[in-house]
Amino acid sequence: MSKKYLFDNPRNVKLLLVLLFGSCLALVIINFFVPKHGHFPWEEWSGFYAAYGFVACVGLVLAAKFILRKIVKRSEDYYD
Amino acid sequence: MINVIPPALIFIVGSLFVPLLRGKSKSVYLLLLPVISFINLIYISNGVHGAINFLDYQIIFCKIDRLSLVFGYIFHIIAFITILFGINMKNDNEYMAGLFYAGCAIGVTFSGDLISLFCFWEMMTIGSVLLIWARKTRKSLEAGFRYALVHFFGGVILLVGIILYSYENGSIEFGYIGLNGLGSYFIFFGFGVNCAWPFIHSWLTDSYPEATILGTVFLSAFTTKTAVYVLARSFPGTEALIWIGTVMAAFPIFFAVIENDLRRVLSYSLINQVGFMVVGIGIGTELSINGTAAHAFAHILYKSLLFMSMGAVMYRTGKINATDLGGLYRTMPLTCIFCIVGAASISAFPLFSGFVSKSMVMSAAADKHLIIVWFTLVFASAGVFHHSGIKIPFFAFFGHDSGIRTKEAPLNMLIAMGIAAALCIFIGAFPTTLYNILPFPVDYVPYTMTHVISQLQLLMFSALAFTLLYLSAIYPAEIRAINLDADWFYRKGATGFLWLLENPLAWFGNQVKTAIFVTIPKSCIWFSRNPLMALKVAGNYIVIAIFEESFTKEKVERIRHRIVEKITVYPGDVITYSHVGTTVIWVMGFLLAYLIIYIVSGRIAV
Repeated sequence: MSKKYLFDNPRNVKLLLVLLFGSCLALVIINFFVPKHGHFPWEEWSGFYAAYGFVACVGLVLAAKFILRKIVKRSEDYYD
Repeated sequence: MINVIPPALIFIVGSLFVPLLRGKSKSVYLLLLPVISFINLIYISNGVHGAINFLDYQIIFCKIDRLSLVFGYIFHIIAFITILFGINMKNDNEYMAGLFYAGCAIGVTFSGDLISLFCFWEMMTIGSVLLIWARKTRKSLEAGFRYALVHFFGGVILLVGIILYSYENGSIEFGYIGLNGLGSYFIFFGFGVNCAWPFIHSWLTDSYPEATILGTVFLSAFTTKTAVYVLARSFPGTEALIWIGTVMAAFPIFFAVIENDLRRVLSYSLINQVGFMVVGIGIGTELSINGTAAHAFAHILYKSLLFMSMGAVMYRTGKINATDLGGLYRTMPLTCIFCIVGAASISAFPLFSGFVSKSMVMSAAADKHLIIVWFTLVFASAGVFHHSGIKIPFFAFFGHDSGIRTKEAPLNMLIAMGIAAALCIFIGAFPTTLYNILPFPVDYVPYTMTHVISQLQLLMFSALAFTLLYLSAIYPAEIRAINLDADWFYRKGATGFLWLLENPLAWFGNQVKTAIFVTIPKSCIWFSRNPLMALKVAGNYIVIAIFEESFTKEKVERIRHRIVEKITVYPGDVITYSHVGTTVIWVMGFLLAYLIIYIVSGRIAV
C-alpha cells in the first residue's frame, strides 16, 4: 500500500473545485456592493473583469490550440 | 581620478579568484562577493565617480542616481540569491561565468558614458554564452553559438550607433538620447536586440532553456533587464516603445500555452513581462517609469524564483518537459509552495509583488487613454496567469501523476527560493519599501477596494476558464514537439544559405574561374596563331548566321564546307603569298593616298 497524498483523495480535489467555484460566485456577488471607479467607462460595468478574464483565457487557449499549433508544431528532431 | 571602487570591478575581478579556492572557503567567498559589493554600493554617494580620460573622451565607470540604483540593488540581491541556489553545484565554470556576467550587467547599469557601456555590454554577451555552454550538450553548444551570433550582431549595430551618435553630437555621455538622428536609431535597435523585441526575441526562448540549471537563473535576471534599464534612461517617452511593448506582452502567451519545455514556457512569459516594462518606458510619465523600475525589481525576483523552482525539479528528476513531469507536490512540497508564490507574484495576485508593480504601468496607460494598449495588457495579465501562474505549477507538481518519487530540493536551494519568495510577499504586502527607492516620488496607491476586487475577478475567472477547459479535455494536451518561432528564419535560413553557397553560387564561381583562366586565354592563343584566318572563319560564321535565309542552299553549303576546311587546317600556312602585281597595286594605292593627304593637309595649313 503506497502512501496516500493530499490530492490522491478525490474528496480533496472536489473541495478545491468547490472553493474555486465558490470564490468566483462570491466575487460576482461582492461586485455589486463595491463602488467602482476606473479610467474607462466599461471598468464600471458589473463583472467586466470577470467576463473579460474568462473570455480572454478561453480565446487564448482555443487560438493557441487550433491556430498556432497547426502552424508551428514540428517533430522534436526537426532541427537535427 | 578614481576615488571609489566601481561595483562591477568587485564582481569581475572577484570572479578570477574562484578557481584558487577550495571547499567551504570557496562557498563563503562566492556568497560574500555580492554582499561586499552591495555594502560598497551603499556607501557610494549619488553622482559621478571614477571618471578617467581616454583619448578625448571621459570614461565614467560609476554614475549613480536613483534610476541606476534600483537596478543596481536588485542585481546585487539576485546575484546573492542565485549563487546561494547554485552553491552545491560545485562547478567553477558556472560560478566564474555567472559572476563575470552579473558584474558586466552591473557595469552597464552604472556606466556614465557610451564607450564603457558598450564594453560591458559585449562582455555580458561573453559571460552569458559561457553560461549556456556550461551545460556541455550538443544542443547547448549550438544554442550558445546562435545566441552569440545574434548578440554580436546587435552589438555591432550598437557600436555603429554609438560612433554615429558621438560624431553627430560630439559627446559620448550616456543620458537621454531620444529618437533623432541616424545614430540614435542604431542605438535604439542595438538595445532592442537585448530587450528581446518581437521577431528578434527568439535568441531568448532558444537559448535560456538550453543553459545549465544555475545558468538559466542567472540569465533570466540580467540581460533583458539591463536592456530595459538603458532604454528607460535613454529613450523614455518614445512612442514606438508603447507598441513594441504591447506586442511583446501579447504574443508570447500563445506560444507559452502550447510549449512543452517548462523552462521555455517561463522564457516566453519573461518576454511577456518585459513587454509591460517596455510599455512603461514608452509612455514616459513619472508614474510609468516608476512602474517600469518597480516591475523590473519585482519581476527579477519572481522570475528567478520560478526558474529556481523549475531548476530544482530538473536537478532532482533530470526532466523538464511537462509530458514527463506531474504530481511532484507529493515529494517536493516546499519547492511546490515556493513555485506557487512565484506564480502568484507573476500573476499579480493581491499581496504578491506583481500586484503592486504591474498595476502602475496599467494605470499609466489608462491615464493616457491608450485603449488598445490597455485592453491588450489586461488580456496579457490574464494570459500570464494562465500559462505561468497555473500551467507551470500544475503540470510540474500536480496534473497527472508521473510516478516520480524524488527527494525535496537541497537545503541551499530551498533557502534561496525561500528568500526570493519572502521578498515577493514582502514587496506585495509592504509596497512602500519598494516605492521609496523608485526614481520619482510615488503617490500611487495599489490597494484600493476596486483594484483588489477587479484584479481578483480577472484572475479567478481565468482560473475558472482553465479548470473548465481542462475538465472538458479541450485544454491542449502537452505534446512532445517543438514549436517554430522566429529563430526558424536563421536556423533554416542558414541551411538554405549554405546550400545556396555550395550549389548555384559555387557552380557560378567555377564557371567564372574556368572562363577567366582557361577558356579566354586558350581562345586568345588560338586566335593569335593566325589572326587573319581566324577572322575569316568568324566572318563566314557571321555571314551564314545573317544571310542563311536569302542564300541558295548550295552557297550556304559551300560556305559551311569552307569553314570546316579552314578549321581542319588551322592555323595552316600563316604567311599568305600574293602575286607581284597585287603587291604593286597596293603600293600604288598607298602612294596615292599619301599624295592626297599631303596635298589636302598642305591646303588646309595655308
